Amino acid sequence: MIALQSVTKQFQHRGNAVTALAGVSLEIAKGDFVAVIGPSGSGKSTLLHLLGGMLSPTAGKVRFGSDSLYDLSSDQRSAIRRHKIGFVFQTFNLVPYLTALENVQVPLVLAGVGEEEQKRRAESLLGRVGLSDRLDHKPSELSVGQQQRVALARMLANEPALILADEPTGNLDPETSAGIMEFLGELNDEGRTIAMVTHDLRLAGRAKRVLRLVNGSIQPDRQARSLSAAIASTEQAKAVSTN
Amino acid sequence: MKLQTLVWREIFERKNQLATSFLAILLGVSVIVAMKNITFYSEKAVAYQLDALGANILVLPKAASLQDYYSADLQKDLFPEDYVNRLTSSDLQGLDNLSPKLSIPAEAGGRRFILTGILPKNEFQAKAAWQMASIFSRPAECGVAVTVPGLVAPAKETLVRKRVIQTLATNEVLVGADMAAALKVTEGGTLELLGRAFTVTAILPQTGTVDDGRAFAHLHTVQQLAGKGAVVNAIEVVGCCQQISQGLVQKINQLLSEAKVVTITQIVDTQIKTNRMMSRLSMLFLTIIVLVGGASIANYMFANAFERRREIGTLMALGAGSAVVLRMFLLKAVWLGLAGGVGGYVLGTGLAAILGPSLAGVPVLPMLAPLFWAVGVAVAVCVAATYLPARRAARLDPSAALQEL
Repeated sequence: MIALQSVTKQFQHRGNAVTALAGVSLEIAKGDFVAVIGPSGSGKSTLLHLLGGMLSPTAGKVRFGSDSLYDLSSDQRSAIRRHKIGFVFQTFNLVPYLTALENVQVPLVLAGVGEEEQKRRAESLLGRVGLSDRLDHKPSELSVGQQQRVALARMLANEPALILADEPTGNLDPETSAGIMEFLGELNDEGRTIAMVTHDLRLAGRAKRVLRLVNGSIQPDRQARSLSAAIASTEQAKAVSTN
Repeated sequence: MKLQTLVWREIFERKNQLATSFLAILLGVSVIVAMKNITFYSEKAVAYQLDALGANILVLPKAASLQDYYSADLQKDLFPEDYVNRLTSSDLQGLDNLSPKLSIPAEAGGRRFILTGILPKNEFQAKAAWQMASIFSRPAECGVAVTVPGLVAPAKETLVRKRVIQTLATNEVLVGADMAAALKVTEGGTLELLGRAFTVTAILPQTGTVDDGRAFAHLHTVQQLAGKGAVVNAIEVVGCCQQISQGLVQKINQLLSEAKVVTITQIVDTQIKTNRMMSRLSMLFLTIIVLVGGASIANYMFANAFERRREIGTLMALGAGSAVVLRMFLLKAVWLGLAGGVGGYVLGTGLAAILGPSLAGVPVLPMLAPLFWAVGVAVAVCVAATYLPARRAARLDPSAALQEL
């Protein structure tokens, strides 16, 4: 579905080149659920923005389906985001002066969907995340967990095939985090492809694949597999001790 | 929901920050509207007063000096009556009426009076050449067509002056109030002047001018009595105020270079000075609104775009292209301009109605035309001032914006 081919991304910082990603190659198949873990500054968010067509690589190619994403114009990439990609942010990034319903309507407005259809779809999505009774609440009138659920509903508004989640549970308590992960799992079960960046090893364990990003490079597959196994065993041990 | 809704919500969310820019536009536009409104009625009032006075341009012999408007024709110097033909057959616009005059001394009842020959208007109209010419075509806002609410009706002497010009037979005479009283003549009676008997058609009302001691007869009769041929002392011209302002006097001067063309300078100058002052002040305020209002709006929009960069980054992540972001900011500018323009129009019209009588001495009524002007200027200033900040917002790097905390 989406692939990075020898992608390098460098930033200029006070005249010095800082490498965020160094020759990363990665393929994410349709229906995959990939968790990218790594320390702060390892290039996780950069990777996600590159996948979302918002940050052009210094070298290499990003392929979305048959398209080379960064050979497309800015407007064409916007159109792909509008129709095929859904973003979830750690800080939710809801528009503060819009209600929950209107926030969910925003992607539909951008896609040119009619007002009636916008409202119907937004209400349905907010119902799906359990916020039918909070349609007219502004973000400041919602708890952080509710805000993230609004953000999830907004992400789903245009039925994206690819979901890019940047620390989606970073600001949430464990219980709410678990609920969000369960929801992402459901979306993956529906056939959507998910790429998630997280610090939380336990949450990463919910993904089908875990990739470790260190200093702008993805660790070899063997190491990542052992990491996945380690996470799984940790989860199992926790479950046993709890029982 | 529409993109417009998003713009509206954002405006109301941050209305306090917008207040300064709105106020700059509102005040700037209101002052310009007030000045334009007052100027319009001030010009109307001056034109009205000028018209009420009668002739406002005098064509005199080159050597003549003008000491008194009402005795301007009492000169020894003469010029050909043909000057009238040259005026009427020209393509000059804004000549509302012409009155050639020849004045000669006349004795009656042992006292000296003035006998003034005038040409009635019906004789102008009888001449085909003059009818063909558009010389008497009066522009829509010329002369007596002007109505100024609240101003008094034209002075009685003006009405009389207009009436006597309309028709006058060769044996008829109009007698000034003082002369009639001195000679004890009445309307319908006869009066002998320079050996010729005239029928007194009317006794003119008191005007307080030299006209009270005059008798007015047909120009060609007076020319015969003077025995100097087809000559006149002066041509009184009723020119439209607006055309005078636009150089009618200079055009007559060019046409009749052998004559002296003067205007009732104090009145026209007042108008010209008022107009110039108002025009300069309007330009000054227009400059202020463009500079101060525009700078204020540009400053606000730059700050707004900077403050909203995470929001803009999010919208871009959700699929908004740069055109959508640009449109959001420009729509906001249009709304700001519309509100400032309409508000400025209302405030300015109110100010004009309140301050007009004391500033320009004329009653000022609301006018619709400045509304379109005000809205146009306000929207143009807002959009122009917003364009650069909007373009910067539209070119925002969404990735950088989203990674900022």
